Formats: sequence, structure tokens, C-alpha cells
Amino acid sequence: MTEGSITVDSGIEPVVQQKSPNNFLKLLRYTVIKLFTLFIAVAIGMYLTILIAQMGGYVDEIIKGQIRESISISVSQNPELKFLTAQERAELINERVRVEEERLGLDRPFIGRSFSFLGNALTLNLGRAQWLTSDSGSKLVRNIILERLPPTLLLMTTSNMLLFFISLFFALYLSRNYGNLIDKIVIGLSPTSSAPAWFYGIFLLLLFAAVLGVLPFGGMVMAPPPDDTWQYALSVLRHMILPVSAWMISGFFASVYGWRTFFLIFSMEDYVELARAKGLSSREVERRYVLRPTLPNIITTFALMLISLWQGAIILETVFNWPGLGRLLYRAVGLYDSPVIIGSTVIYAYLLGITVFLLDFIYALVDPRVRVGSGGPKA
Amino acid sequence: MKALTRSFRQLLHYPSAIAGILLILLLVGVSIYTLIAIPYNEAIRLWRGGEDVWGESPRTARPLWLDWITADKKSQTIVINSASEEDGIDKDVTEVAEDMWDIGMVFEFDYPYDGFPQEMIVYFTATFDEKNPFVSMTWETPDGRQFRMSDTDLAPAGSYRFDQDNRLARRLPEGLLPQVALFAMPEVDPPTTVKGTYRLYVDGIVFEEGSDFDAKLVIFGEVHGLAGTDHRRRDITLPLLWGTPIALTFGLVASLGTTIITMLIAAMGVWYGGIVDDLIQRITEINMLLPLLPILIMVGTFYNRSIWTMLGLIIVLSIFGAAIKNYRAIFMQIKESPYIEAARSYGAGNFRIIVKYLIPRIIPILIPGLVSGIPAFVFLEASLAVLGLGDPVLPTWGKLINDANSQGALNNGYYYWVLQPAVLLMITGLGFAMVGFALDRIFNPRLREV
Repeated sequence: MTEGSITVDSGIEPVVQQKSPNNFLKLLRYTVIKLFTLFIAVAIGMYLTILIAQMGGYVDEIIKGQIRESISISVSQNPELKFLTAQERAELINERVRVEEERLGLDRPFIGRSFSFLGNALTLNLGRAQWLTSDSGSKLVRNIILERLPPTLLLMTTSNMLLFFISLFFALYLSRNYGNLIDKIVIGLSPTSSAPAWFYGIFLLLLFAAVLGVLPFGGMVMAPPPDDTWQYALSVLRHMILPVSAWMISGFFASVYGWRTFFLIFSMEDYVELARAKGLSSREVERRYVLRPTLPNIITTFALMLISLWQGAIILETVFNWPGLGRLLYRAVGLYDSPVIIGSTVIYAYLLGITVFLLDFIYALVDPRVRVGSGGPKA
Repeated sequence: MKALTRSFRQLLHYPSAIAGILLILLLVGVSIYTLIAIPYNEAIRLWRGGEDVWGESPRTARPLWLDWITADKKSQTIVINSASEEDGIDKDVTEVAEDMWDIGMVFEFDYPYDGFPQEMIVYFTATFDEKNPFVSMTWETPDGRQFRMSDTDLAPAGSYRFDQDNRLARRLPEGLLPQVALFAMPEVDPPTTVKGTYRLYVDGIVFEEGSDFDAKLVIFGEVHGLAGTDHRRRDITLPLLWGTPIALTFGLVASLGTTIITMLIAAMGVWYGGIVDDLIQRITEINMLLPLLPILIMVGTFYNRSIWTMLGLIIVLSIFGAAIKNYRAIFMQIKESPYIEAARSYGAGNFRIIVKYLIPRIIPILIPGLVSGIPAFVFLEASLAVLGLGDPVLPTWGKLINDANSQGALNNGYYYWVLQPAVLLMITGLGFAMVGFALDRIFNPRLREV
């Protein structure tokens, strides 16, 4: 490690300077391990989901539906069979369906087949929907869901980024001058975060859409959508105001209170006193000695909040008629469209996994223990 | 134990906690009152019942208290029943011809309201052998105008709806519903009510001796009850009242169950260490990847929506959550304490150590989490109900919001339908959260400095 140094024969080991490539390798190794373990966890989670769904035979319904659909199509398109009456055609279809089901072993116990379905779920081969169709006309569950993903991501990312940064700056401000009136107000209002975002959404809708009529009742863009891209973007922004505000109101006060308390606790540490005594500016002290050590904790709490908020988004989208994944799930529930319901749950498991992974990755970037090689954060 | 009571007394130093406790006591009081005043079976009957429950109740009527704060007087429901003694309707029986008797009744009432009724129905019941009675009615306004309704044959039980009488509609001023036209001043726009005494003359011809009929005039008002009514004419005070014990019980049981079981599992993991600990860690990681709400939705759609199923499932899925890591960290600390070592040296069994030493130390940490967790579960149950997956039988707050949403309450201006359960949810959430926050500051001394 040490290049060309004189080997001093003492019991003291020379301090090893970590070179950047080693840093990167360690990070990479951590990432890959994390990715792998997460993948296994996601797979197990999905398997449990499939088991739960299968207990009522719903997973088989998906497969059977697929079989029947493809056979019906092939029979109706076969010119040699055109002369059959409706009854004969139905009988033929049933017979072929039965043969196919036997071939696929659908009459055998599920445990054996569950793994192939798990494989399907992991590769997002989620079958065909019973009632719903995607906007582009596809009945593939994968397409239906993936089409709905961008609006959800748009809403979620915007809301969470705004919440994160605004809370962070506000918390920093409060930690600097705590005890004043604003501080007391924030502390007093922190219990309001016990209510989920959709709850505030209803109130906001009531006030701004129903009573005042200044903001739209729901949806992502006005109908009919404007042709001009700029107008379209503006319309989307206008429709985002209420849902994002609901999200912010719900998460704001508790976040600010929690982080401000964290900052205060950390800023009372001795090394912060030392830094101040050294003569560093307030800003500098804050950034290096308070923000840096608390960042892993902040990210952990933010991660947990994010995970729980994913589910809240389902109802938020329903309340605001936002054309995303959550509202799709709601409609599928109303229609009893089991392939879509199961597919959505699978996708949510994936999304959670990706979220956890991203946050662990950021955590790794921020937590120096990872780089030093002590294995990263112990659970 | 004494330390705990001392800590709880510290709660009283925090004004927010006192407010929270008051709110909680209010809710508990309402729950107890509700459980005594409206027993469970009665509540279910009222919530699902038939015409005897709803027959005299208007559809989507506003609460009475809304009337008190607005200037004009909205109409209230008026019921006059010839069959009931206290309404004092006399039947005037005269023999008109051979085998024909005329039974005459006069329904008289005062109408002091500015608003018009929503609906008007006359319910008839008749007793006869073969020939059904024949009824004609005349409406008289305070200023002496008269309107003749279409004549009706009577069945053993039936009703006459004023707004379905086409011939009457033709006789009334153009463009006005009967319930408006019969009460409005002539030629006045916008329609204004004529206040005073109205009369409905009901004359029935019966063709058999001993035949009789009764009529119940129901004029449905615009306001009804302390909380209004919903689209199925049910009084909203019922789900508002009954939702309270349901929400409180659900939140408490879920939070308590989750906290206790989590704590037990964390304790066992730390104490037995090794494989057990690792296993619990892995299970926690996997469980945190399971999306709670979608799974609840899946189970609710496919299997069973009963509140007990949901409660059990929620507890099972919440046990292996983030809290386990916190408890584990604390247990690790405690495990190294000298008195634990002392206990092992005198030969205490594992179980005894866990129960007598580890657990009591962690109870102070549990309590804030327990209390703060209750609102989360209450809102989770409400969320399920809003999505349409609530318990199909029970009247809950979430069900009210769900009904309101599906009936377009916000679009149609029935704000009370949404606001009342929302306010109650908010009170519940705030009450427990405020107490939870204060408890957090008491039991986590580090937070007290700030």
C-alpha cells in the first residue's frame, strides 16, 4: 500500500491513505451486494404476494383467461372453421381450452407452478386484464400499469422533493433560532401530520375547487388537453397544485419538528462547540459539523416516510382523480379485475424495492463508514 | 410503576397534552354514550333498515345546525298520520249512496319556512274485501287557492307521490315542481313561499261496510337531524356516533397489538441471538418491501372485508416494521447491563430474564410510540373504507366519506356529508398525536432539552 516508504520497524502501523479508486470499488461492492440482497427480498415478497392471491385461485384465473382468449382468437380467425355454428364453436373452444389447461398442469397443485409464476412476475409478464384496457388499446397488464407509472412518478417525485428540501431548510432555520414564536407554532402544529395527505386533499378540494372554484377538481390536465406543449405543461402544473399541497401539508410539520430536534441535539455536541471556538463561521459549522453527521439519519427517516407515503398516494390519486397507478388500482378493485390488482401489487413491491435501493445507495454515498469498509450501516 | 405514574403526571405540564387528553376523553365519552344508547343490533338495524326507518326521512338533507347559522329558514319535515292518535285527525263518515260511504279527512299544518320541501308523499293503507276505495285530494293554500290532485285507487298499501302526478303538473304553473308550486306565491320570481296554514282535504269513497283507509302525509324538509341525512335517507348521526367506538377500538387494538408483539419479538431476537436474531432481521427486511395497502386491497377484494380480518392482517404486516430496529438497539444496550449479568449468575431462566428485566425497561419507550401509532391505524381503516373496502356491515366514518365521494357530494354542495366525518377523524388524530408528542418528550429525555 505505502509506496516506497522506509519500513519502520515499530509496532505502529503506518496510516494508509485511501486512494479514490479503492473508494469507488468499495462503493461498487456495497452497491452490488445491496442490490443482490434486495432482489432476493423483493422476490420473496412477491412470492408471498402470489401465495396470498392464489389462495383464492385468482392467479390461475389470469392464466386461464389468457388461454381462453388466445384460443378464442385463433379459432375465430381460422377460415376452415367458419362454417361452424355458434354452439359448435363454443364447444370446440372449450375442448381446446381443457386440453391446454391439462397440458399446463392447471389441475395440479399450485405449489409447483408458483415458481414459474414468480418468474413471470419478476420479469413483468403479468398476463392480460379482464376488463381494463390501456389508453393505447393494449390489454396486457404490463402495458396498462406502465402507462400509468409516469403520472404517479411525476406527482410523487415533485411532492417529495419539494417536501424534503423545504422541510430541510426550514428545520435548519429553526435550529438556528429556536424557541421563538415560529418554533412554537411548528411544534404545536406537528400533530397535524398524523392525518394522511388525502385527508387534507379533501379539505383543499372543498375549499379551492368547490367553494372558491379557482382550482380544478381533479385529473392531470384539462379536458380536452391543449395541443401546445407549453400550455399542456401549464395545465398539468395547475392540476398539480392541490395534490402537491396536500402532500406537503401532511408531511411538513412533523418533518420540520423532527429534523430541527435532530439538528439541535447534534449541534450540542462537543465537537461543534470546538468548531465554534476555532472561529469557524456559523455556516461552516452548520454544514460540516451538524449537517454532515445527521445526514444519514435524515435520509433514513426520509426513507421510512417515503415508504409509508407510497401507500398514501393510492388514495390521494383516487381523491384527485389523478391518472396514476393508485387510481388504476382503485378502478381495478371496483371492476374486480384480478390480473390488474395482482399486477399492481407486484409493481408496488418492485417500486418499494427500487426506492429502498436508491436510498441505501444515497446512504452509502453519504455515510463514511461504508467507504472505510466497516461494512456499512449495521441494521 | 411509580416512575410511570410520575411521568404521566408530567404530562399535565404540556398544554398541548392537556388539550389532547380532553379530546380523547370527549371521544371516549361519546363512545360510551353511543354503546349504551344505541346498542349494536339497533345500530345495524338503523343502518340497514327498511322503510320503517327511512320512510319519514328526507334524502340528502342538511343538518339542523346549518339552518341555525343561515338567515333563511329551511323547510323541515312535517308528518301527519291519520292512524296516530296524537295527530288528531277526525274521520268524517257519511253515507252518500247505497253501498257508498264517504270518509273525509283534513290534514292541517303550519308552514313557516322560507325553503321549499324536497319531496311530498302520501302513504296510504287500506282495509277492504274486494272493492278498493277511491280517493281524491284537494290542496288549499293559506291564501285560499285550491289545487285538485289526480284521483287514486287504493291498494292495501301504497303511496301517492306529488312529483309523479303528471296531470297535477299540467294544472300547476309551468316549469315548477309540485312541491315548489304548491307552496309558492303566484307569479313571483324567484319562487317564494307562502307562509301560513295549509290544508289537504282527503276524501275517500269506500264501497263496503267496514272498509277503511288511513293516510300519512309526509312533507320532506331540506334539513333534518343533528347531522343531516345521506342519499339513502339515513340519519348521519348514527355512523358519526357509532364510528367513534369503532375507530377508537380499531386504533387501540391495532397499535397495542403491534407494539407488544413487536417488542416481544425484538426481545427474543436480542436475547437468543444468533440464528433467531438473523432470521428476524431478514423477515423484517422482506416485510418492509411488502406494500401494505395494496396487499390489504388484494385481500379485501378477493376474500373478506370484515374489520377483524383487516385488523389481524394489518397487525401481522406491521409487526416486522421499522420499530423492531429501534427496540433491538435498546435491548442490546440493556442486555449488557450489570444486573442482567447478575440475574444470569444466580441462574435465572431465559424467560424470567426477558419478562422481569428486559421488558419493564422498555415500556417507557413503548408508550409514546403506542399512543402516536393510534391515529395512523385509525386513518388506515378510514383509508380502506374510502377505497370501498371497509367493513360492509358497520357504520364508520370512512364509509360516510366513501358514500359522499361516490355520490359526488363535493360537486353537489353536500359539504356537511364530507366535513362531519372528516372533522371527527381530525379530532381523533390530533388528540392522540398531541398526547403522543408530549409523551415522546417526557420519555425521551434528550428531547426535553429542546
